[in-house]
Amino acid sequence: MADTAPQKPIPVTVLTGYLGAGKTTLLNRILSESHGKKYAVIVNEFGEIGIDNDLIVESDEEIYEMNNGCVCCTVRGDLIRVVEGLMRRPGRFDGIIVETTGLADPVPVAQTFFMDDDVRSKTELDAVVALVDAKHLPLRLKDSREAEDQIAFADVVVVNKTDLVTPQELATIEEIVRAINPTARIYKTTRSGVDLARVLDQGAFNLERALENDPHFLEHGHEDHVCGPDCDHHHHDHDHHHHDHDHHHHDHDHHHDHGHDHDHHHHAAPSAIHDVTVKSISLRGGEMNPDRFFPWIQKVTQTDGPNILRLKGIIAFKGDEERYVVQGVHMIIEGDHQRPWKDGEKRESRLVFIGRDLDREKIEKSFLACQADQT
Amino acid sequence: MPTVAPLDLEGHVVAAHFLGDTPFFATAAGEIRRLDGGEKVTEAHNGLLTCVKDPFSAALLTGGEDGKVMRIAGDGTATQIAEAPRKWINVVAGGPQGAVAYAHGKSSVVVLADGSAKEFAEERTVEALAFAPKGLRIAAARYNGVSLHWVNTQLPAADLDWKGAHTGVTFSPDGRFLVTTMQENALHGWKLDGKAGEARHMRMTGYPSKVKSYSWSPKGKWLATSGAPAAIVWPFSAKDGPMGKAPLELGTRANILATCVAFHPVEEVLAIGFIDGMILGVRVGDGKEALLRRPGKGAITSMSWSSNGKLIAFGSEAGDCGVIDISA
Repeated sequence: MADTAPQKPIPVTVLTGYLGAGKTTLLNRILSESHGKKYAVIVNEFGEIGIDNDLIVESDEEIYEMNNGCVCCTVRGDLIRVVEGLMRRPGRFDGIIVETTGLADPVPVAQTFFMDDDVRSKTELDAVVALVDAKHLPLRLKDSREAEDQIAFADVVVVNKTDLVTPQELATIEEIVRAINPTARIYKTTRSGVDLARVLDQGAFNLERALENDPHFLEHGHEDHVCGPDCDHHHHDHDHHHHDHDHHHHDHDHHHDHGHDHDHHHHAAPSAIHDVTVKSISLRGGEMNPDRFFPWIQKVTQTDGPNILRLKGIIAFKGDEERYVVQGVHMIIEGDHQRPWKDGEKRESRLVFIGRDLDREKIEKSFLACQADQT
Repeated sequence: MPTVAPLDLEGHVVAAHFLGDTPFFATAAGEIRRLDGGEKVTEAHNGLLTCVKDPFSAALLTGGEDGKVMRIAGDGTATQIAEAPRKWINVVAGGPQGAVAYAHGKSSVVVLADGSAKEFAEERTVEALAFAPKGLRIAAARYNGVSLHWVNTQLPAADLDWKGAHTGVTFSPDGRFLVTTMQENALHGWKLDGKAGEARHMRMTGYPSKVKSYSWSPKGKWLATSGAPAAIVWPFSAKDGPMGKAPLELGTRANILATCVAFHPVEEVLAIGFIDGMILGVRVGDGKEALLRRPGKGAITSMSWSSNGKLIAFGSEAGDCGVIDISA
């Protein structure tokens, strides 16, 4: 019997990936393996899901632009309806999985969980997971922007079908993914065999958990990622991942773009990296003045919002004993105190933007101008 | 003082209606309970998404997660009208001459009394359907407007366009106006009887949240809506409807959202249900309020008056339902 106590929001996982990347296989595993949890799944087509289940709902992708003049303020109207229906009987499942079509833009899906008050009050976006076909990714990047967007927008990237490529090719794929999205966790696997604990219940949009899971957030070291069972642990050490980030020198040349960087010391398929149009900007600074930082981040997300796919950061405010975390999607930005700074923890501010056509120099300069010790 | 006969059901109650003087309660799980000298149950759906009263007959119309469209008669008998396997049916509407409309995806379907069906392809997913009060005509709300179809002709749809997602649709009782609820916190209206070149759009905005419930006063002079910490009641008696006029705010409560509204069948008296389960009765003429039900376990999702205007059946999202007798 329902009571008046507020229900815990239901976590929602968004599963993206090109046709043939292995989404259906992964879904079938989630639906059939015994992990003690039940999931409602919203699919575009029943297609090849061979499992009969009341909780699989077919839904036509229906993108609604919000009537506020902002072209990036889009939501999925069909999800609003289906989630409302599902949430009337919440006891039936522990989480919701939204499978998108191969060509889908993940942004409206994610924004639905922030922009619609009803959906937002009952659910919580958990993570965006992108499946990537290791064999076909370079080709996909050449002919579509969606494949790149899906990787750029993801919290977790599962590089699938690794048995179809050579170790060198796989290393290149991993670099491409990393170049598009330096903050995602990457798992390499075959037959969508990734550990489900690495995909579900990630709390990637939860401000308390988001960056806590990433002890080395913005460290630029792939070797720090949590590897799945299929990971080979032979990470190549790339020089550019170990730059000495000296945040007092904003003109230091370590801030050039990854794609460019890769060009000079990589051999296999540089053309695929050239096809990458998304880039990330990683910023580091000292303690911030909140009276400068908040107006600044508002302004950046207002003016560059359409070009920002994701942003994540941990901010140290001068005189504030707690870490402040921010995350955003386009123009939507959320922030909150997370936890007290630990003894010995370096009080610095780190922020990463993933997007297109972002003016690195301008953003970095204005970010550093928000530091408390700047006058 | 009104009395409340409570009824506790399991889970979210989608709708409370009267057929004659018998109250019916439809749960999201798919059961329809009627209080007819005892509690009787019809298992209508495996997962019920919508339940409306057919304004043209003494029956309820329902749609479910099981893809079925059902008609529920006054004695609780359920008859299947249509089935779209594996589709969710969350839009149904009752029309004249025994017609029933439902929608799935980008199709509106009208099933006529003889069982034949007419299907209308829409450009976008159908969010809501309503029959016009006169003539066999349906309005399908969708993204960027409403499509109007004469059911028995092959004429192309008449499109009423307005940017944005329209999630609900209703005709005024005299058929002069069409009003939609929107994904934004607003209503949009069209004057249907205007002359060519005359302004026909009506924007009704200022709500702090989405409008999910609306109700026309008995003669269509007022349209009451939820979505604010009061019932927002728009005047429709003038030639141009509410254009240039401010709405009434009835039953105002500080920060407690009105979630459901229902006009008395004869009097200009409005029942207002709130997110905390409270129900107020308010007279439009002087704004006088009466407490009809104290706060309960969950938001009021549905309210209906019996045809004699003495009883109100209500349901909530927490399952605490009941019947209020205001004549006591």
